[in-house]
This record gives sequence, structure tokens and C-alpha cells, in this order.
Amino acid sequence: MKTRKSSASAKSTSPDRGQVMDGAEILVSCLEREGVEVVFAYPGGASMPIHQALTKSKKIRTILPRHEQGGVFAAEGYARVTGRAGVCMATSGPGATNLVTGIADAYMDSVPLVAITGQVPQEMIGRGAFQETDMFGMTLPVVKHSYLVWDISELPRIVKEAFYIAQSGRPGPVLIDIPKNIQVAKAQPIYPREISLRGYRPEKKADDVAIQEMIGLIEGAKKPVIYCGGGVITGEASRELIEFAERTQIPVTTTVMGIGSFPETHPLSLKWLGMHGSVYANNAANEADLLLAIGVRFDDRVTGKVEKFCEHGTIVHIDIDNSELNKNKLVKLPILSDLKYALQRANAILEKMGRKRVAKNHTRFPEWYAQIAKWKAEHPFSFQDTEDVILPQYVIRELYNLTKGDAIITTGVGQHQMWAGQFYDFDKPRTFITSAGLGAMGFGFPAALGAKIAFPDKQVIDIDGDGSFLMNIQELATAHVEGVAPKAIILNNQHLGMVVQWEDRFHGSNRGHTFLGDPKDLKRIYPDYVEMCKGFGVKCERVLHKKDVPAALKRLLESKETYVLDIMTPYTEHVLPMIPSGKTYKDIITEPHTPRTKTA
Amino acid sequence: MRHTISILVENKSGALTRIAGMFSGRGFNIDTLNVGPTLDPTTSRMTIVVRGDDKVLEQVTKQLDKLIDVIDVQDFRDEEYVDRELVLLRVTATSKTRPEVMQICDIFRAKIIDVQPETLAIEVTGSESKINKFLLLMDRFGIKELTRTGKVALPRSND
Repeated sequence: MKTRKSSASAKSTSPDRGQVMDGAEILVSCLEREGVEVVFAYPGGASMPIHQALTKSKKIRTILPRHEQGGVFAAEGYARVTGRAGVCMATSGPGATNLVTGIADAYMDSVPLVAITGQVPQEMIGRGAFQETDMFGMTLPVVKHSYLVWDISELPRIVKEAFYIAQSGRPGPVLIDIPKNIQVAKAQPIYPREISLRGYRPEKKADDVAIQEMIGLIEGAKKPVIYCGGGVITGEASRELIEFAERTQIPVTTTVMGIGSFPETHPLSLKWLGMHGSVYANNAANEADLLLAIGVRFDDRVTGKVEKFCEHGTIVHIDIDNSELNKNKLVKLPILSDLKYALQRANAILEKMGRKRVAKNHTRFPEWYAQIAKWKAEHPFSFQDTEDVILPQYVIRELYNLTKGDAIITTGVGQHQMWAGQFYDFDKPRTFITSAGLGAMGFGFPAALGAKIAFPDKQVIDIDGDGSFLMNIQELATAHVEGVAPKAIILNNQHLGMVVQWEDRFHGSNRGHTFLGDPKDLKRIYPDYVEMCKGFGVKCERVLHKKDVPAALKRLLESKETYVLDIMTPYTEHVLPMIPSGKTYKDIITEPHTPRTKTA
Repeated sequence: MRHTISILVENKSGALTRIAGMFSGRGFNIDTLNVGPTLDPTTSRMTIVVRGDDKVLEQVTKQLDKLIDVIDVQDFRDEEYVDRELVLLRVTATSKTRPEVMQICDIFRAKIIDVQPETLAIEVTGSESKINKFLLLMDRFGIKELTRTGKVALPRSND
């Protein structure tokens, strides 16, 4: 994790005083000092003064989302691709509550985020004032930390702490709630040079003894697997991980959050594991005699029935968050450490032992590789190709071929999200941007917008479903007006596909409000995304035939502005493989669903 | 199993809610909770009695430690600490039963702090087992009302 340490280098002990200005201007000056280049902010009565101050900033670009949820997801998109804190802002009451889903999302996926909300004036707090909500109280369970500013003199310290907390250790969201009277009060800010938080010590470094013990376990292993997650990406430890895997020659599987932390085109890659992960990754992790869990949290979507997960293997768990060790799974060797540090130490020790890096043709665990190769051959990610019907998997594979993997992909939540992970190969960290832990639909497009603002020269594509895309479709306006050009591919099956899949598998295909089209006119594609995009001033084309897909994708990629493809796909397609919730890898479903013929 | 945990926290508004919320949000059970100032006015000390096995206790301790307002967490094991609880109670005591109530109070070094025609208000401090024993004995006379501080604890030495 990159933490800005501008203050640490300043040696002067005299206080750093600013001009007399109002609270809103102090806030903006503090944001500038943190190096903030963009904020996603929707104004309202209780945050107007901050917007007034933002209009005077020469350093900060203020993006007006069309809904606060779009704003917070865009800030997350920005944060996830850069590693720096995303900043979003909203007014009190409904503006603030609209941020909550995004804050919870950042909490679940450990995304550095600073959320700033306006609050009613101090003397009105607790009286049920217009647009008053106890935002501090409401967000307590989903923030890493939070502040309700009670004195204007505290503002510089609070902002500095907020960014430090959000970006250090295991990153997360920090809320700053600022009453309006503080925004308009005048003061001379004193900017702190140092941060002193006696209850927060994020630097964790593994003891060499523990690292040696881990290496000892590797020396004795016959079927080892590395299972790594988002921690490797937030810990900026991807390079060290690749080196570690090559020195030990251990196969690597990632979680969904960890996608990109290890190149999926690498011979040691097993892609990702879990409910919709590869058969070979699930088999390998479960049958491993040594599982090296690095920056992961043994999420239920990964482990299935957690007691049965890697039941007979020895587990080593390295994480920077002490509370993750032995939380979901009791392990043999828990190591509390910054991952980059731990892997660097391990690599140094391995080098001394003469374990050289091997990038291909691995030889260390021949029987294990043979077993894995067999699983790979038996159960690759695959789909039944078709003549004319467009399968979502085909679209994603085609997109991968056309982009050669060089793009940032964001997703909504559901089937398309899983297929995007399965059929696009990710070789670099921070290129697969998805709401993994919270599973928040509507994430994809605003996240793509935020990512594109961070990297305007990169191709940023939201692979979305029709349900998810509709949830934040208003952000097309933001993209158009701001001249940002994220692209979107709607895999439109007119249904909530993942729920439909569960209905097919577990509820006899009884549809419980999973149809998104117009029941009065089943032949019509509804809603009409082409027309809607037109209303937003955004180019969009509908694709109905497989033969038209490659050319349409090319037009999307070549467009200099936002471009949407509305690709019609069958709702009958299931994401495979699938380990049903609470089951084990042995219960994995690999066969397509055969619809039951109706008998009257 | 019950454990006594002592937590040193920043004396800031919201710290108590954050800690209490962590317990409810993660499904941990609190038996008693006591908060008060310490020698340093910028900190408070909370003493919490938690129910759960060692695994639960490990998680409680780690989750508490993760909170930024929490400066220090001590998990008191047997014999390493002294603890007391203070209880105020009102017990039915007629002229007939009053002497016996007072006698029991004497034995337990409890104080009579108010006398009414039909009741006595009593203050008693002590360890958990002493308090329980005392309350059991008082129950016979009829406890009308009761309020407890929850356990407060202090380590025997400061290492």
C-alpha cells in the first residue's frame, strides 16, 4: 500500500499555519495537501459551502455524479485502480444515506475511501432537523473509522488522520461528517506535521522464525498450493508473489478479489477458486497437503462448508489484519505481517537456499503437476458454442482476444461477473474491478467511470448485466457531460440471471420476480437501452447475432467516447462450474441444466 | 465460559457505541459492561464480561484491538486480577425480619444506606461469588429492586 508520507519528511517543528478561511475552504486545502486530484460530489443544503470552496480549487477536479451511489462507486473505481483513497461527498440526510452501500462495499473489499458528508448545524443535531440523519451512527458497522467534526480547529488533523487510516494497513473507508456551521465558521488552520494515533499501529512485520517455519513446511510438501487474495493487490505485493511462486514452483490460485495478483497466463496459475471458480483450482486447494493462504479471509464463497475446506492439509495464513487469523478457519501457522515484507523475506531466504526462479517447465512437484494437468484437461472453463445465438462467454472471450488482455474490466454483480472472471485472463493487479464481498449490483458502470478518470489512456470496459446496468444507468450522463469515455457491454438476458440460475437448480425453475422485461409485451426488448442511451447523448447499438459481435466490439473499442453495446443473450445459460452454497468441492456441478419438461 | 476483558479506550464521543456495536454486529454476548474515567482524562477504561469459548475470546480481543479508538486490550485470566462489583438493592424488611436482614448484611459487610418502614436499601461490594451468595440469601426476604455496576477489574501487577 502506498501511503503518502509528505509530512514525515518535513523536519521543521514550527506549526504549519494557513490563512484565515472558512471551514469548507480549510477542508478543501486539506484535501489538496493529501494530493487529492478528483472528488465525486453531489451537493445539497448541508454541503453547499464545500462545493463553493471546490469551485476555487485549482488542483481538484469535482465530478458531479447523477446519484450519490454512482459517486461513491466511481470513487471506489478510482481507488481500486490507483491504490490511493477515492474521495466522495454528499449532503446530509438522503445524500449521505445514498452513500452507505458504497461505504459498505469499500469495507467488505478493503478499498481506501474517504467519504465526506455535510451534516445539519451542530445546534440542530438530534432535533430531527430537515435532512438530518445520524450518519456517524448509521455507518459504524461498515467503516474502518469515522469522525463527526465538533470543532473547526480539529478539521486539519481529522482529514490527515482519515487519509492515513483509509490507506494504511488493511485499507478501508473512513467517514468525515461535517456540520454546516463548521463549514461556514472562520478559523486559521494549523496543519499537523505528524500523526499520532496510539490505538492504531498498522505496520506488521513477520518474524523470520515464522517465515523459516513456512519454508520448512514447503520443503516437506508434496502437493502445495498458494491461495492468495485481495491483500496481495492492496499490499502491492504482486511482484513478490510471482517471485515466491517461481522460487518455490507452487501452483497459485486466487480469490475473486485476488484476480490479477498473479498472471492468469502463467503456467503455475490455476485461475480462481470458489463457488464458480475452476474445477482444478478447487480440487487443488482442497486436496493440497500444504495451503499457503496469503492475504485472504476464507470467505464462504471460496471455501463452501468451511470445516471441510482443505480438510487434510496444513494451512499457513499470512495477513496484515490480525483479526482475520483464525477467524473463519483455524490454521496451523498464522503469520501476522505486511505481505510485501513477508514475501520479500521468504524470497531472500529461498535465494540463500539456492532456490532459483523458474518461470516455466516446472519440475519440483511432478506428480502434483500431472494431477493438476489432468484436472485441467478434464474440466477447463468451457461452453457449448452456438451458430447464431450469442453466448455471454463467447462475447467475453472475443473481447479478451481483441484487447489482448490489455484493459481494465469492471463488472456488475451476477452471472456476467463470474463469466468475466472466467473467460477474460487477467495478468496484472488492479485490472479486474468488481464488487466481490458485498456483491453490490450497479457497481460496474460508475466504477468504470472512476477508473477511466484515473487512467484516461487505458481502455476501461464495464462488462455488465441488464439488471446491474439499470441500477446506475444515470451515470451515463456523468460520463457524457464530463467527457470521460468508459465503455459498457450489457449482456442482456432480460432476467436476473444468477437468481434465475438458482431458481432452475434449487426451486424447480419457478420465477420469483426475476424477469426484467415487460410482461405485457414479451416480444419487445425492454427497457430499450439504445433509446435510453440516445437520451443521454451516448452511442449505443444492439447486437442480436453472433456474426455481428466482433465488429461491434471493435467499434466499442475504437470509440473515443462512451460506447454501449446491448448484446442479447439467452437467459437459460448457467454459470459453471458451481459449488452450491454450504457444500464442498466434491459437490461441484459441471453439467448444464436440462429444463424439466412440463407435464400438465 | 465467561471472561473478563479490560479495555483502555480514547475518551471520545462515539467510542462506547463503536465498541458496543462491534459486539452486537459480530454476535458476541456481553454479560456486563462498565465504563469510567482513568487517571488520564483522555482515556476511559471499560470492563466487559463476555461469554464464549477460547475461539470467541480470541476474536473478541482481536476485533477490539482493530478499533482505532481502542488503545489496549487485556484479557484477564484467573488469578491475575482482582475484581469487584457494587450492587444496590432494596429488600423487604418488616420489623420482624429486619434484624435477620441486618445480621446477614453484617456478615457480608454490606451497608444499610436507607431505611423505610417496609424496606431497607443495601449496598454491597465484592467478588462475583460473594455477591451471588448475598443475593441468594436476600431473595428469601424479597428483593424489590436491584441495580449493579457490572464487574470492574484491576490486574494484580502491571506486567
